[in-house]
This record gives sequence, structure tokens and C-alpha cells, in this order.
Amino acid sequence: MKIYACIKHVPDSAATITIKDNNEIEEDITFLMNPYDEHALTEAVRLKAQHTEGEIIAVCLAKAAAENTLRSALAMGADRGILITADSRQDSLVTARALAAAIGRDGNPDLIFTGKESIDGEGMQTMFRLARHLDMPVATNVVRVEMREDTARVTCEKEAGAREILEIRLPCVLAAGKDLNTPRYPTFPDIVKSRKKEISVVALEDLNVAAPCGAIELIGLTPAAEARTPRAITGTAQSIAEQLIAILKNEARVI
Amino acid sequence: MEMKKIGLLVELNSGDLKPANLGMLTAARGQGYALKAIVLEPVGETVAEELAHFGAEEIIAVTMDPPDWNPEHWSQAVVETMRTNEIQTLMGLTTAQGRDLLPRIAAVFDAPLVMDCIQVNLARRTVKTSQFSGKTVATLRLSGDYGIYGMRPNAVPAMASPGAARRIDQNVRITNQGGIRVLEIIPSEAGGQNLSEADIILSGGRGMKNGDNFKLLHACAKALGGGAVGASRVAVDEGWVPYAMQVGQTGTKVNPKVYIACGISGSVQHFAGMKSAGMIIAINTDPNAPIMANCDYAVEADLFDILPELTRQLSVSERLK
Repeated sequence: MKIYACIKHVPDSAATITIKDNNEIEEDITFLMNPYDEHALTEAVRLKAQHTEGEIIAVCLAKAAAENTLRSALAMGADRGILITADSRQDSLVTARALAAAIGRDGNPDLIFTGKESIDGEGMQTMFRLARHLDMPVATNVVRVEMREDTARVTCEKEAGAREILEIRLPCVLAAGKDLNTPRYPTFPDIVKSRKKEISVVALEDLNVAAPCGAIELIGLTPAAEARTPRAITGTAQSIAEQLIAILKNEARVI
Repeated sequence: MEMKKIGLLVELNSGDLKPANLGMLTAARGQGYALKAIVLEPVGETVAEELAHFGAEEIIAVTMDPPDWNPEHWSQAVVETMRTNEIQTLMGLTTAQGRDLLPRIAAVFDAPLVMDCIQVNLARRTVKTSQFSGKTVATLRLSGDYGIYGMRPNAVPAMASPGAARRIDQNVRITNQGGIRVLEIIPSEAGGQNLSEADIILSGGRGMKNGDNFKLLHACAKALGGGAVGASRVAVDEGWVPYAMQVGQTGTKVNPKVYIACGISGSVQHFAGMKSAGMIIAINTDPNAPIMANCDYAVEADLFDILPELTRQLSVSERLK
């Protein structure tokens, strides 16, 4: 059972983002594994345990510093890592091609996991492109996986608590949602073991991926809306409620 | 020279047009593209009128065989509709359905796609969207023959532009069964609100103290004429409310006209999910909670005093109408 887990090296959501040169960020902040990828990897570990033989390969496209995130993946249960290095941030069209190429030359996947989106790019699409390149079906926001003979039965979360249950042919790409599981973080022995596991490195240009037909170019980054200036509403509960109703009616115009 | 065409992937909810479609049509208008609404479910007269009223010049009513929901089949239908009608630009909504369809369509055409756009300039093919956990606004440019845009629901206010819309019927036979079978669709519980499209959201955090107290928020939402009820991560982690109600970085990203935060301190992760709200009202007993310094109206008071009173006054004024 060969499971590939595509992970991304992203800034910690609590980190301060400083924009430099108009479309880049200062990178001397904490980077870690994309939270949804942790769910993906934890599920891969759970499924591998259900089979007598299995291997989990963590794949990551990033700048060289991402090696620490791959090490985390190894500590969380991946057996090997593949780091595809690139000098700059790549768009989803290139990323999907790179992941497909790296996986393709490595082995035959039985299952591929990703997270449902990355917290930095928030593109929500790489897994669909990856599936297309590998000619596999794909499901997103997966919150439950049950493996069967040639298919998997998956539950996907939709909006407002709605769900759907799909039967998806194997091999397939599954993008993990938050409700899939509770990530199991590594113990100290896990971390020690991970140091001996292999990470192979390949440069993006050495994968010789064909240029996509289109591109998404980041041409500018600005800080999100400046802080709001609060006005206090004071008084008795009755007075406060009156003032709120007036604001909702006359200013926000929602009632 | 013939005007460029943009397909608007319209989303229905039980046969009715979701309000968010109207803002999407507004966003696509007036930029040198002719609006072709693509509807994958039966188009009733009301839906057709609304689409025309908001600027659609053509309604492509697609009948699929089989018609049942299946993300691969539906995206196949859109791809075929775009090919038949020579449409290379597509706009849809960043809803659960949109997240399942737009990227599949983009993958087939190998087209650039940006989801959750808050602003779109079709002439320049540039968009604005959130990146880095909502801390930045990114401007992106699409290049290539195709372009696909996923709008954030309600990012652009709806404005009417009445006109007549031609209707054409398109039949699509699903020839490729694909690798997915939809076994079961489990709808949200009765009253399950769609946070990502709601205009008013009342949200509860640690200050709610338990799950039962969320009924105060539901009562107030009802008195407001139908708001949605959300929660912070704390309330979900405590097991007070289901994850479907979580607003935040790893929950639902919301974009309401009004966000009323009750007993929520306002962590970075929470803000990542609601910072684009038109107006933020915070009710909290702690004046030093981060949200109190970063809202539009700060109410330093006990939500257990304010919410019932607000509900009471709203209900009274309803009865007096």
C-alpha cells in the first residue's frame, strides 16, 4: 500500500507577515506544515496501519528551508520524503505538474492525500490539477475515509453541516478537511527515528515539467484592511439594545 | 469585433436563485464581456427574470442526462457548454459547490483559476483575494486563453441592470461515468444556516459558557429576521457546538454585512475568518479583549444581559409593525 502525502511548508498563521518588494514576504518567521496536511498525514498513518505492508511518502515543493517541515512529516509517520526545490513561489498549475512528476517517477500510488487548501496561498485547487495529471478521481474536504477493494468510501463536508458520501475509485486523490481526525503529534522517540529516514531532493527544473497553458501571477501584496476604530456603546441593557437596533437599521441597513 | 463572453455558473438552492449570484453578475458586468448565465438545474420563470434583471444577456439552460448531482458529471457539463458556446472565461461562486466544480473545470482546460475573489477586473484579468491567513490582500493576474474566477459570496453588492435575456437550451449527455458515485446526500439539519453567504451573523465564544446558551443567539437571530449563528474555535473545541458553526482560519470564512461577536476574545485565527465583515459589533465583559480594539462598535457588557433585551426589543417592534 503506497500512500503519497503532499504537504506544504507555510508561514504559521500566528506569524507576523511583513511584505517586501511588493509581492514577497519576509521569511525569517516560523514556517510549519499546513494544518490541513497534518490531518492528511495522520489519516495516511492510520490507513497504513490497517495493511500488512505499506509506505508513506511525503512530497513537498518549496524552497530548501522546507526540509524541517519534511522532517516533521517523517516524525509524524511518513517513511520517506521527497523535497522538490524551487527558488520562488510557484503557482498551482506548476505545483501540480511538479508533484505529479515527482510522484510519477517515484512509484505507483495507491492513494494520494493533500490538504483541502493551504493557509498561505488559499488557492483550493492544486489537488484537482494533480488528479487530472495522474488521471485519478479526486474528492475534497474529506472527513471520513473507509478503504475497500477497488474503491474508497469517503464522506465530504459541504456547507452548513451538510455532507455527502461518495464511492471513489482507487487510486484517487483525497483532500483532507479538519474533521477528518485529530492529528497525532510526534513523541521524542518518533523524532529521533525520523532523523534516519531518507529525504531525497530534486530541483524543480530537473523534473522537466511542461510549461502550462496559463499562469496565475502574483503582482502585488498589501496588508489587509487597516484596524477598525471602535466606538463604545454604553448605558443600561435597554439603552444599549436601543442603540444597537438603531445602528442595525440606519447604518448597517440590515433590518 | 464580437464581444468577449463570460459564463456565469449560477447556483440554485431548491430551485431558487441564491442571492449571492446577483452580486456575481454585478461583478462581471460593464467590463467588455457579454454575460451568459449557465444554469445546470431547471430554470423557472422567476430565476430567468432575476438573471435578466441583473444583467444576463443570455441564459443557457443546461439539461443533463442523468441530471443527478455528481461533481465530475456537472463539471463535464460546464466544460461541454463552454466548448459548444465558445466561452473561455468563467465566473462562479466560492461556495461548497463552487469549490467542487470550478477547480475541476480549471484542471480540464489547464486554465488559471483564482478562488475567493473580492474584486475582479476582467479587462486587465486581475483579481484581489486573500492570502496568508487573511493578513494580506493579493493582486493576481491571469494569463492564457482561459480564465476562471471564483467570487467570494457577497463581496460585490448586487445592483440591478434590467434587460432582456435570450434563453437557449443545451442538452448534455454524460458519456464519461467517471470515478465517483454519489451514494448519499445528507442535508444540513433543519435551520442549518449557510454562514459563508449570510448577511447577519451572531457568533458565540468562550463567554457563552456552554452549548445550551447558544439558544440565546438563535433567538436573537430569529428576531433579526433570519441571521446565521456562528461560533469561535473555543466553543467548538469545548464541544458546545458543531464544527460546521466555526468561524475562523480553519473554520468557515464569512463575509456578512454585520458580525456580532458575543463573548469572543478575537484571536488572529478568528479574525482570519471574519475580518471582511462590513460591520463588527463586539459584546464582551473584558475591555482588553483584542476584538474590543478592532471592531466598529464595542459593547462592554454581559451578553447574558444584552442578548435577551435585544431579542425582546426586536420582537416587540416586529409585533408593532
